[in-house]
Amino acid sequence: MNKQHLEENYYVCGHTACAGCGQSMAVRIVMNAAGKNTIVTNATGCLEVFSTKAPESAFGVPWIHSLFENAAALASGVETALAYQGKKENINVIAQAGDGGTADIGLQALSGMLERGHDALFVCYDNEAYMNTGIQRSGSTPFNASTTTSPSGKISAGNPRPKKPMVEICAAHHIPYSATSSVANPKDIEIKVKKALKIKGPKYLQIHVPCPLGWRIDSSKTIEVAKLAVSTGLYPLVEYEYGKLAKSRKISSPKPVSEYLKAQGRFRHLLKNEEALAGVQKVADKNIEYYGLK
Amino acid sequence: MKKFIEGSYAMAEAAKLCRPGVIAAYPITPQTHIVENLSQFIADGELDAKSVNVESEHSAASCVLGAQAAGARSFTCSSSQGLILMSEVLFCIAGMRLPVMLVCANRALSAPINIWNDHQDSIAVRDAGWIQLYAENNQEAVDLIIASHKIAEDPKVMLPAMVCVDGFILTHGMEVVDMPDQKDVDNFLPAYDPPYKLDVDNPMSFGLLGTPDVYQETRYAIQKTLEDVLGMIPEVGKEFGDKFGRDSLRLVEEYKTTDAETILVAMGSVCGTIKDVVDREREKGNKVGLLKIVSYRPFPKEVVKSALKSAKHVGIIDKDISLGSDGALYSEIKSLLPSDQKVSGFIAGLGGRDIKLNSVENIIKMAREEENSCKFVDLNKDILWDKFKTI
Ligand SMILES: Cc1ncc(C[n+]2csc(CCOP(=O)(O)OP(=O)(O)O)c2C)c(N)n1
Ligand code: SF4
Ligand SMILES: [Mg+2]
Repeated sequence: MNKQHLEENYYVCGHTACAGCGQSMAVRIVMNAAGKNTIVTNATGCLEVFSTKAPESAFGVPWIHSLFENAAALASGVETALAYQGKKENINVIAQAGDGGTADIGLQALSGMLERGHDALFVCYDNEAYMNTGIQRSGSTPFNASTTTSPSGKISAGNPRPKKPMVEICAAHHIPYSATSSVANPKDIEIKVKKALKIKGPKYLQIHVPCPLGWRIDSSKTIEVAKLAVSTGLYPLVEYEYGKLAKSRKISSPKPVSEYLKAQGRFRHLLKNEEALAGVQKVADKNIEYYGLK
Repeated sequence: MKKFIEGSYAMAEAAKLCRPGVIAAYPITPQTHIVENLSQFIADGELDAKSVNVESEHSAASCVLGAQAAGARSFTCSSSQGLILMSEVLFCIAGMRLPVMLVCANRALSAPINIWNDHQDSIAVRDAGWIQLYAENNQEAVDLIIASHKIAEDPKVMLPAMVCVDGFILTHGMEVVDMPDQKDVDNFLPAYDPPYKLDVDNPMSFGLLGTPDVYQETRYAIQKTLEDVLGMIPEVGKEFGDKFGRDSLRLVEEYKTTDAETILVAMGSVCGTIKDVVDREREKGNKVGLLKIVSYRPFPKEVVKSALKSAKHVGIIDKDISLGSDGALYSEIKSLLPSDQKVSGFIAGLGGRDIKLNSVENIIKMAREEENSCKFVDLNKDILWDKFKTI
């Protein structure tokens, strides 16, 4: 690790993430977009485990972790303490969690943080399962994905439910900003983080981050796969402002979902199952229509 | 200034005198009046603090954890199910060495749901690494809230403190309480100036992954600190006493134990009742005394041992039970005393069952007779399990 790397980044290498970890790439983009005057609260999950093994830390900004479900409540406390000390104006507060720490066990604390109007940005790194504990299904696992607790089998095509619509759930709190992004598009992440941090009040940003281990893809394919999620319509990049859909990134000629699915072990069982494959195509078609992606 | 006030009001005022920066709490009977009073102080501009109306006790504890880490003195309070919902966070707060202040209005645990007093809630989290002090009356509650901040926030300590007050009996009881003056409290308790905090000019990471290479040392460090706290309690207690004229902060109170043949041991408000019984027994010429435990964590083993050394009979009253074993206080004390000393354990007052004068008299009688480890007091044999299978 050279001096220049340490000086230019607020999330540095030396951590123990798997090769090609999408989450780890996205964190650096988020941290660098946020900059020095930022305090981070972090949920338990892959990110926390691979970045902060005592006595080392990959974070160059003040960072705190305590539990799986409380990143938003911690951020509420940090933000309130800064406001009490008259320091909030100059400091960003970012809470970050995996999709499990966001959509499932952390949902209550997140909803509380949004509803109370804390001036903080919640970032969800969506790798679509509980990766840290071994690829179990979460509320954010996509339809028909095989995980260790929603395995495909002789009579099952994998996870029977669609992804929990977190960006809408957050937007329904009528917060100023609720958006999705993808590690396929670093500039998009940077722009959205900067935009969110300029707005006072609660903000939500969910970033699609392939997990080579859990998705069973080659570690060199992270960005390629993330791009396909966007270009098939399975991961729409959208922005809500005060509860209303404000923007969505167009995909002029959507690719068939099979292109996305065939690249990943978690969907391999679908390639021989036309009905199940059609089910996933339907999810993409619905997204394309609902968000006006074309 | 002496005031005739409700316990919860007195405790809220004590918390206010400590000038907290952030308060986060979630309502639960019998703690509610404390947080309501604090909210009113803020609404009236009498307390310059930020209050967060969190959506659960888990978030209340997480919020004060975050606030304290960001450098603000932080306060929360809870009871029963609320405290148990916090329990995951309580261990973290101590493990992260953050001197949060918590008042526990002690209440029984479900099921069956019961809003009345016993000590099961705070006893269930006794291993979390918090300083745990038990108040006998509202004056002590006020004093312990103020005095324990000083110990918790000492840079050599940096551990959270929980002041346990009996739900309803203290929280809803009207008593005369001598409320300290703000300027005296300010003199006693300096502004919170932690040795570490979340600071953008000095970035640090808190709450790291502790592998087998380091984890055990973190536990050793807390244990050593709590041992030091045993020495600090009498010191700070004396400083508090010199300033405010009361010796509320102490490890134990020995009430007529010097020559006592029978000594009862207990915590909290029941000690008031026991003192009345001790006085009566003394009038009858019976050498009875009370050892009141104030500091349950850290537990003052040596002090307890020496206080009970010459007693022929020791009767330990627990308002809690480790189901399948014995009362918590009993197990703790029994292991300290020689095996030929007669030590009996009594479970009493669970779920708000009144411990009456004659309950205590019976306990004394039983303690003098056969040795019991876990004798339930005032059981109503008519309503045992067969009849109440469906509760
Ligand atoms: C209360 C609690 N329950 C369960 C766990 C175990 N656990 C730790 S991380 C994790 C999954 C994390 O999943 P996610 O939030 O999606 O993050 P990822 O690891 O996928 O990045 C689980 C189940 C825990 N630490 N705490
Ligand atoms: S398991 Fe997945 S999310 Fe976790 S470090 Fe590896 S690639 Fe990243
Ligand atoms: Mg995940």
